[in-house]
Amino acid sequence: MAVEVRIPTILRQYTDGEKAVNGEGKTLDELFDDLESRHAGLRARLVDENGLRRFVNVYLNDEDVRFLGGLTTELKDGDSVTVLPAVAGG
Amino acid sequence: MRFDSLLDSVGRTPLVGLPRLSPSSDVRLWAKLEDHNPTGSIKDRAALRMILEGEKDGRLKPGCTILEPTSGNTGISLAMAAKLRGYRMVCVMPENTSEERRQILGMWGAEIVSSPAAGGSNEAVRVAKRLAQEHPDWVMLYQYGNPANPQAHYEGTGPELLEDLPEITHFVAGLGTTGTLMGVGRFFRDHKPEVRIVAAEPRYGELVYGLRNMDEGFVPELYDPSLIDARFSVGPRDALRRTRQLIEEEGIFAGISTGAILHAALAQAAKSVAAGERADIAFVVCDGGWKYLSTGAYTGTIAEAEERLEGQLWA
Repeated sequence: MAVEVRIPTILRQYTDGEKAVNGEGKTLDELFDDLESRHAGLRARLVDENGLRRFVNVYLNDEDVRFLGGLTTELKDGDSVTVLPAVAGG
Repeated sequence: MRFDSLLDSVGRTPLVGLPRLSPSSDVRLWAKLEDHNPTGSIKDRAALRMILEGEKDGRLKPGCTILEPTSGNTGISLAMAAKLRGYRMVCVMPENTSEERRQILGMWGAEIVSSPAAGGSNEAVRVAKRLAQEHPDWVMLYQYGNPANPQAHYEGTGPELLEDLPEITHFVAGLGTTGTLMGVGRFFRDHKPEVRIVAAEPRYGELVYGLRNMDEGFVPELYDPSLIDARFSVGPRDALRRTRQLIEEEGIFAGISTGAILHAALAQAAKSVAAGERADIAFVVCDGGWKYLSTGAYTGTIAEAEERLEGQLWA
């Protein structure tokens, strides 16, 4: 059960510069734990005690996980997860 | 329709059906043509309202200088309204925005301060906030936090949609300042709460997300996630593909951000068809394609066009 996770430029220091890494987990929370086991320090940049950090957006197959199940959002084999910092528009 | 002046003609835009892109007579798409506003974008609504409120509460007085961080459309709308009402206009705009936007701003008399490409509009906001501190007499209307922005949609866009399409089930718009979605979202929560509110957010190239650290991220002060039901990130390939589909199948020449919105609207239409539900999905055509011709979005293959948009603030 593999999920591809796209990592934004400013967090690639945790992934040896890799743009995308693979991980596993039945939920987003488990996926982040799995990533942490190989990319130490990454989880704390994504999540704090209140859940996803304020300026972190995470998309499951292009949909914002905050409108799915947040950290308990369930994942399937072959899903794609994208992490992006929140930026302004307008 | 007759109006006393150009400013009086903002809003009350057409809602047109899309007979070819709609999947069936039960699942229909409707385009709200905001390019019909005086400067050709939906931002005329928020800009005019922010200026009128500023005059009403006394912040704006004749001869004032208005300052605003903008990737283009809001600046253009403010420049037009400022010119007609006698204000000087200074826009802070990221340098990776289309040349047309600069020329149009100049045409309406706005001065442009460029902010660095890396960091996109976040950087423009930061530069504008610094300028506001240096020039305490300038008035920053601040579209990201000014309640007059969503109010223009609460009192305009929302009621217009409900009047023209009482059977509306979904509303889809772009997420930038969040003003459109917050205003229309709150209107439907108050007046027809079963309407689902869907946000389409442009996903840019890496340069735009080139912040120094995560804490430099930006969420507009106006944003209230309880007013929307789903939020999709749409990349340049899908946005371009849909922009071209809109002109080929329905004859609507729209800007690239509209392609991103149409992509989310079509995804919703497919879901409704799969679920066997009736749906009337209204989406926003934010502006026409004219300002984006120089980006090469409308010529060559999609892959070529996508490559040309890399690093650009295309929405």
